[in-house]
Amino acid sequence: MLLGTLIYGFVNSAILALLAMGFNLTFGISGVANFAYGAVYIFSGFSAWIFLNTLGFPYVVAVLAAILLAGLMGLAIYFGVILRIKGMPLSEVMATFGLGLAIMELFRYFDFVGFRYTLPVFFDGSLSIGDVYIDYQRIIIGLIAVGLTAALYLFTNHTRTGLALRAIAQDERSALTFGIDPDLVGGLSMAIGCALAAIAAVVILPLGTIAVEGGYEVLINALAVCIVGGLGSTVGILVASVLIGYSQTFTANYLEPHWMMLVSLIAIAIVLVVKPSGLFSHQKELEERI
Amino acid sequence: MGGRDMTAQAPLLRVSNLTKTFGGVTAVSNLDFELPEGKLLGVIGPNGSGKTTLVNLITGFTRPVAGRIEFRGRDVTGWPPHRVVGEGISRTFQMVRPFYQLPAYKNLIVPLYSPRVKKLTGGRYGDRSAVALDLLEEVGFERDAYVSYKKAGALPQGYLKRLELAKAMALRPDLIILDELFSGLSLAEVASIVPIIEKLKHQGKTIIMIEHRLKELFRIADGVLVLNYGRKIAEGLAAEVMKSPAVRDAYLGSEGD
Amino acid sequence: MKKRKERIDRGIKVRAQDIFALTSYREMLYLLVPGAIPVVGLLCFAPMLSNYWREVIISTAIYALLAISWDMLMCAGLLSLGQSLFFGIGSYLAGSLNHYLGLPPILTIPLATIGGGLICTLLLLPVLRLRGIYFAMVTLVLPLMLSRLVEATRILGGTEGLTGLTPFPNQLTAVFLIQIVLLVTLFGFRRIKGSDYGLVITGISDNDRSVMSAGINIQWYKAQVVFLGASVGSFAGAFGTHMDMFAGMPGFALDYSIMPVAAAVVGGVGTFFGPLIGAFILVPLSEALRALGALRIVFYGLFLVIFVVGIPEGIFPYIQRKYQQVERWVDVT
Repeated sequence: MLLGTLIYGFVNSAILALLAMGFNLTFGISGVANFAYGAVYIFSGFSAWIFLNTLGFPYVVAVLAAILLAGLMGLAIYFGVILRIKGMPLSEVMATFGLGLAIMELFRYFDFVGFRYTLPVFFDGSLSIGDVYIDYQRIIIGLIAVGLTAALYLFTNHTRTGLALRAIAQDERSALTFGIDPDLVGGLSMAIGCALAAIAAVVILPLGTIAVEGGYEVLINALAVCIVGGLGSTVGILVASVLIGYSQTFTANYLEPHWMMLVSLIAIAIVLVVKPSGLFSHQKELEERI
Repeated sequence: MGGRDMTAQAPLLRVSNLTKTFGGVTAVSNLDFELPEGKLLGVIGPNGSGKTTLVNLITGFTRPVAGRIEFRGRDVTGWPPHRVVGEGISRTFQMVRPFYQLPAYKNLIVPLYSPRVKKLTGGRYGDRSAVALDLLEEVGFERDAYVSYKKAGALPQGYLKRLELAKAMALRPDLIILDELFSGLSLAEVASIVPIIEKLKHQGKTIIMIEHRLKELFRIADGVLVLNYGRKIAEGLAAEVMKSPAVRDAYLGSEGD
Repeated sequence: MKKRKERIDRGIKVRAQDIFALTSYREMLYLLVPGAIPVVGLLCFAPMLSNYWREVIISTAIYALLAISWDMLMCAGLLSLGQSLFFGIGSYLAGSLNHYLGLPPILTIPLATIGGGLICTLLLLPVLRLRGIYFAMVTLVLPLMLSRLVEATRILGGTEGLTGLTPFPNQLTAVFLIQIVLLVTLFGFRRIKGSDYGLVITGISDNDRSVMSAGINIQWYKAQVVFLGASVGSFAGAFGTHMDMFAGMPGFALDYSIMPVAAAVVGGVGTFFGPLIGAFILVPLSEALRALGALRIVFYGLFLVIFVVGIPEGIFPYIQRKYQQVERWVDVT
């Protein structure tokens, strides 16, 4: 029981980290809170499904196409909507929120509801560790979460583009004087964020069905992790994911599965009282205010 | 600032051992100074020497890492800005950011709404707009001219600085901290603001001026404090301070670059 | 030859606002008519309508209250994406007071209004210190999580909700009650915003640093604004509960969050009349589009994007400008 809880807790943490990663990356770089994030996630799930089942693409092509499409969508959202209201965070939030809502409910309107909307797993089958059975897909989720984290770390610390992104995150005006185009970087950060949402979608969605409600769930989970960890902090996201992931799994196994969602609520409540800006936020005291 | 003055009365403001670091960079380090009531202290130093951080520390906009700030013998270290103002310290900002959409005189409604003003006037402040117009006249807005009714966003820099000064004065402070009030102003504009500050001094207000315009500052300052890399490198009368080799190094060195 | 549009304030407006000199009945009417339109419109026409349209008016008024409450928060720079938090808390408070203690609506509604305001203010108090974005995130998350709390713990009737609550004596009472509250809130909030207090509130969203240095505790003022907004939202919830004779998890539904935002943005943020107009456009429209199902929410979402990006000032300021200013084309040489 304990071993199983530990393993499944890890998988759960990996899922949360995957969900929050893209949202956090976009915010960390361009300061845009993409409230259409959940919609992009669902959109990627459905587009992968359409590529596979309606258009009959091979699996790998379908997945890559879905990820690419999400990235393009991120670019489109940035240049079509956000750029026009850049610098007004509240407008950005409202516009992306409205857009996300429209996208998700459009799927509902076109009747994308039901159990037939599922994505296939990468490999079938399962593995047993001790007396715990775990399917390959969950292992892959764990591996991809770890791999993506490492890749993002290398990308932002050791590549030119990554460093440019970080420069923007530090100070937009001085980055401008070094010849970095903040609009391009902003669009790129949005594209990468959305592509990350798509990766999360094609990896995680095979565990269940693709449902419109899932989009709201994803946004809520991503926000919860970011609130607990501290917006814009990668370390914060990882710690918060592990914290919430394990406490959820322990609650589900030892108390009652129903109480699982409450864990995030309690975590948010505690963090807000103890350290309102999140566990690992690097916002300065003054900047926290508004 | 004669030595006798200091011992005769308790200082209005006493800063001891004040230290502030920003992620490894020391902005203010081990700073000590005292300011007797009714005096005007000039704080000078090259760019990045911690002057504005000092203002932020005294007024509660940032918390010090170590040290103590006493105002009228009361420890105000780490208090939030609104409580510091309540004790009688008000400030201006170097970067002037008025409420652009509001007419100039309406900008003063916010400080006039402060609990401190309410307390000092016993709630009988009359019409805030009238008080605001009086204050604007005091800082050199021509009475009955349209300028007080203009949107703050349409005012020239000189008037914005005066407005900033009026905002600080509206709080009826005992200590006013002016953060580079003269920066970005022409000689004529500075010359017209200096008498306002002198008048404040005559009214018995204690003033700290962070300033780069040394000539104008030295004419009105009682004493000068020189900072470099967050440390105090000299303190005393203006004429004496400028003779100190450390100060010449800091100033000429930085300007020579 | 180029032309440029020139806008000039009408003489009447200038005389009325800046020098307070009115010379005729015409000018008095000019000032009074805009305010009288909602009063006359709501109070006189509603009783003449059929039962069905009265229902529509009631639900419009509920959304209008939520939108006006949203606008109040926005004045202090607080973007709420969870008006359903206020609605749900008010709804459950009134519902439990009625269900468990047997109190009549005349007591439950005022208690839920004040109590709901206090509870929501306490819930949101920690976030007020942070940047606006955190407020938006937390308000979006809280209502959905609270509905999970109800589901998981099965308190307050769990997924079933509290049913069989005391209804209003008749429909006309309900219509008048909500319309009077709506008008009082509308004109009350407009008066608050126009006062010196309102200047401080809007100052916080413009430039918080400057307000802090004026010796004003901005957290305390933001808390007051949240209390005002949350109370109005809780009233809407309490009223809706007695209207439907039901309090349950739908009170925390996303509808109550998104509709007010859309209404306020479409109508014009920061004017209070705007959200009212927005609600009176969007809710009946959605009633007419009922057959389209989920597509309604798609429309709200798109309305929100289009107005935020393309027409950020909204409908009301446009009408206001036409009313107060003369426009003409002049040559630019």
